[in-house]
Amino acid sequence: MASSKTITVEVDDVRYTDDVEPRLLLVQYLRERLGKTGTLVGCDTTNCGACTVHLDGVSVKSCTMLAVQADGHKVTTIEGMAQDGKLAPLQEAFHQCHALQCGFCTPGMIMQSASLLKENPHPTEAEIRDGLEGNLCRCTGYQNIVAAVKSVADGTVYDDSGVSTTAGETETAGVS
Amino acid sequence: MTTVSEHAPNPAAGDPSRPIGFGRIQRKEDPRFVRGRGNYVDDIVLPGMLHGAILRAPVAHARLLSIDASEALAHPKVVAVITGKDLEALNLAWAPTLSADVQAVLVTDKVRFQGQEVAFVVAEDRYAARDALELINVDYEFLPPVIDARKALDDGAPVIRDDLPGRTDNHIFDWEAGDAAETDAIFASADVVVAQELVYPRVHPAPMETCGAVADYDTVDGRLTLYETTQAPHAHRTLYAMVAGIPEHKIRVVSPDIGGGFGNKVGIYPGYILAVVGSIVTGKPVKWVEDRSENLMSTSFARDYIMQGEIAATKEGRILALRTNVLADHGAFNATAQPTKNPAGFFHIFTGSYDLAAAHCKVTGVYTNKAPGGVAYACSFRVTEAVYLVERMVDILARKLEMDPAELRLKNFIKPEQFPYANKTGWVYDSGNYEPAMRLSMEMAGYDELRREQKEKRERGELMGIGISFFTETVGAGPRKHFDIVGLGMADGAELRIHPTGKAVVRISVQSQGQGHETTFAQIVAEELGIPPEDIDVVHGDTDQTPFGLGTYGSRSTPVSGGAVAMVSRKVRDKARFIAAAMLETRAEDLEWEKGRWFVKGDPSAGKTISEIALGAHGTLTLPDGVDGNLDAEVTYDPPNLTFPFGAYICVVDIDPGTGHVKVRRFIAVDDCGTRINPMIIEGQVHGGLTDGVGMALMEMISFDEDGNCLSGSFMDYLIPTAMEVPDWETGFTVTPSPHHPIGAKGIGESATVGSPPAVVNAIVDALAPYGVTHMDMPCTPARVWEAMQGRTRPPV
Repeated sequence: MASSKTITVEVDDVRYTDDVEPRLLLVQYLRERLGKTGTLVGCDTTNCGACTVHLDGVSVKSCTMLAVQADGHKVTTIEGMAQDGKLAPLQEAFHQCHALQCGFCTPGMIMQSASLLKENPHPTEAEIRDGLEGNLCRCTGYQNIVAAVKSVADGTVYDDSGVSTTAGETETAGVS
Repeated sequence: MTTVSEHAPNPAAGDPSRPIGFGRIQRKEDPRFVRGRGNYVDDIVLPGMLHGAILRAPVAHARLLSIDASEALAHPKVVAVITGKDLEALNLAWAPTLSADVQAVLVTDKVRFQGQEVAFVVAEDRYAARDALELINVDYEFLPPVIDARKALDDGAPVIRDDLPGRTDNHIFDWEAGDAAETDAIFASADVVVAQELVYPRVHPAPMETCGAVADYDTVDGRLTLYETTQAPHAHRTLYAMVAGIPEHKIRVVSPDIGGGFGNKVGIYPGYILAVVGSIVTGKPVKWVEDRSENLMSTSFARDYIMQGEIAATKEGRILALRTNVLADHGAFNATAQPTKNPAGFFHIFTGSYDLAAAHCKVTGVYTNKAPGGVAYACSFRVTEAVYLVERMVDILARKLEMDPAELRLKNFIKPEQFPYANKTGWVYDSGNYEPAMRLSMEMAGYDELRREQKEKRERGELMGIGISFFTETVGAGPRKHFDIVGLGMADGAELRIHPTGKAVVRISVQSQGQGHETTFAQIVAEELGIPPEDIDVVHGDTDQTPFGLGTYGSRSTPVSGGAVAMVSRKVRDKARFIAAAMLETRAEDLEWEKGRWFVKGDPSAGKTISEIALGAHGTLTLPDGVDGNLDAEVTYDPPNLTFPFGAYICVVDIDPGTGHVKVRRFIAVDDCGTRINPMIIEGQVHGGLTDGVGMALMEMISFDEDGNCLSGSFMDYLIPTAMEVPDWETGFTVTPSPHHPIGAKGIGESATVGSPPAVVNAIVDALAPYGVTHMDMPCTPARVWEAMQGRTRPPV
């Protein structure tokens, strides 16, 4: 691999120095070299956003960046979101609001949502939908994802009164 | 294994409308997924693992003249190149499909669709494997393709399947249901008859995770471990044993976390077989993961039904009969996944929610030079097509009769007292109470107010449409007497083990792809035994660890496997009664059950909880004759019938008259799936399915040019909805339990995908009524809507 380049990247608060081929995509560097398989691949045309990570705090689709372009930068993946074993508010909110099913879009969706909230801490529903347009989901129909992001923006994520169990509840017919 | 076919009433059952097992609880699956700690196929890394890549055909129809792989083999990182010739030597060049046809694993004679598998490269890494594909030289002799299904049976049409002995045309099958003569007689004398051709275009389930496998063949003990994106791991294991000749006890199929299936991951794809062959040939694990374009171009498509619909009624609006002829485009190999006796799936549920005097359908399947498939994308075995047909035809009839479409439906519903209802094509609907669901939907929508608003808008030249779909699903295949997949009866097993400390593990034969089984199946056990859901682990997807069963598709998990889990819990509960009796030094008949506990009748203070009984069962207690130790059970559940959930959907659209752009403003979905296990999860299933439906109605289509080039082989052209294209869904429900199901629950997962497309199209056609539009085919893209408004024929998509 005469053409390989040495890169130094900080990923989820750990510094890595590796020789990589220039053509190696960042997503495959993360997945195959570093074992960070939380970041996923859902397409080959940069449409789906399953591979979204943060580069110096800004969301990027890591399938559309070369690993060498991350040299000297700081990358955060879904695996770097929880701190000291405690879930980030968005992770907690996705759980509470049932904003995931198969979980395949979830890492990218959470990373994009975090970026969105950093840019616009109090988005409207329309702004949330617009901000997530680059992330496809096949399971949820988006509604609960929007609710999860909204609950973080509103600071209600740790108040689960609206979304959690009411054991033994009786429902006959109604609007849910 | 015991086969349980009796349906003991649930002694804990009270109000049937109460959710099961603590209801709206959050999911056990989420903690790993939100941390990026799921374990999908491409996350799997084994020591020495190699990577496979498939060379695919560039054209739709061509004779294969030669393959030269010498340059590829010279690549320093390439370990093997496998061609059709190599597979012929192993008798693996062709594999059986789920429809009693065969499918080429690698091309040996000729290419039959663009994107078909031609050669397989195994290399040290995935980049090298892709590089090597470029180094393989293939010579083809191009042949004229058959792309338009309408021309497939023309005289002189190229014969696609000349591999089949004696085959001289592209006809696959004719299948019919109902009474043709009786139906024709009613049509001949009916006041009103309306006919319409309806095309349900080819679409694709496009799960976010594509298909893939890691095959690990141990050359020493001849054991194959196969990690796969499969919705039916046990059925796959049996088929691999039959095809590859590896004994079944030496095959372990593992379906790990699956990033969505939607019917795409039911069948066996050449890539899986190639990974296995690659591992056998190299003696090392081989991973194969397709990219998105390969997924869209070569794996199971959905729909592609051209339906000639006809409906007959009295002038007062009493619907009398339905009939239809369908031309079904199955692509180059008939690999459609459905029960053996049902080549058109359950299409004969097309009589819908209406009490008809007669009905008849005939379906003709044909080969074309396209990828195989047909049954996928939450279709419940062609129920999507059936519901689209009847709900469009009823709407077209309403227009003809100048009746409100809601009123016409209400007038013709099967009445609650008619259930169980035998329709005219052989189904017995289990239960239904349609009018309250329809009324609730109309009330949620503010139906009368919407019609007033529409009238005002029409006067101002604005285009607003209201579309209704009222559907009856049929899910939960099925009674093994009638339903099998390649000879395997469609029953499901369940095993339940209560540990000495009262914690439990339940092993199921179905396989989640996001539907929340790890949570909801624990809830069923929790309901039956009073063990908290968090103390119950649900094991699925590993054929070494789970009982045999047919897998998850056709919304069959709750009807069949859910029934199995309820029954196995009851079996454990019955056993616990004897053990409790021994512990309490009384007779089992003297004990009474309350949730989680057997107690002495008349003395509620004297009792034993399941947890205490579990410890006793594993202890030194002297047990009565015939009662062995431990607290475990297993069952195979053979359902007596399918379940028939239903729903009332209303869609409101606004159309920009300048551009033809359709905006779905509101969507109201009332579903009735009987007893609701976890309402939160049901709502999520419905939201997802509605999004599929809107996608199909507005933007999704796998299309081809006349040479057979697939024009929508990536997410650049195969459009699926983003968060921007869908509204906030409005969901409601009624509860009409299935009388034959152990907990009264019906399937739900596919209802919204089945029910929503006709609601959207009905709304669009309703909006375009001022232009005289009476029908338009999906997808209703801005270009097509605009063309329809011009009174022109539709443009190609």
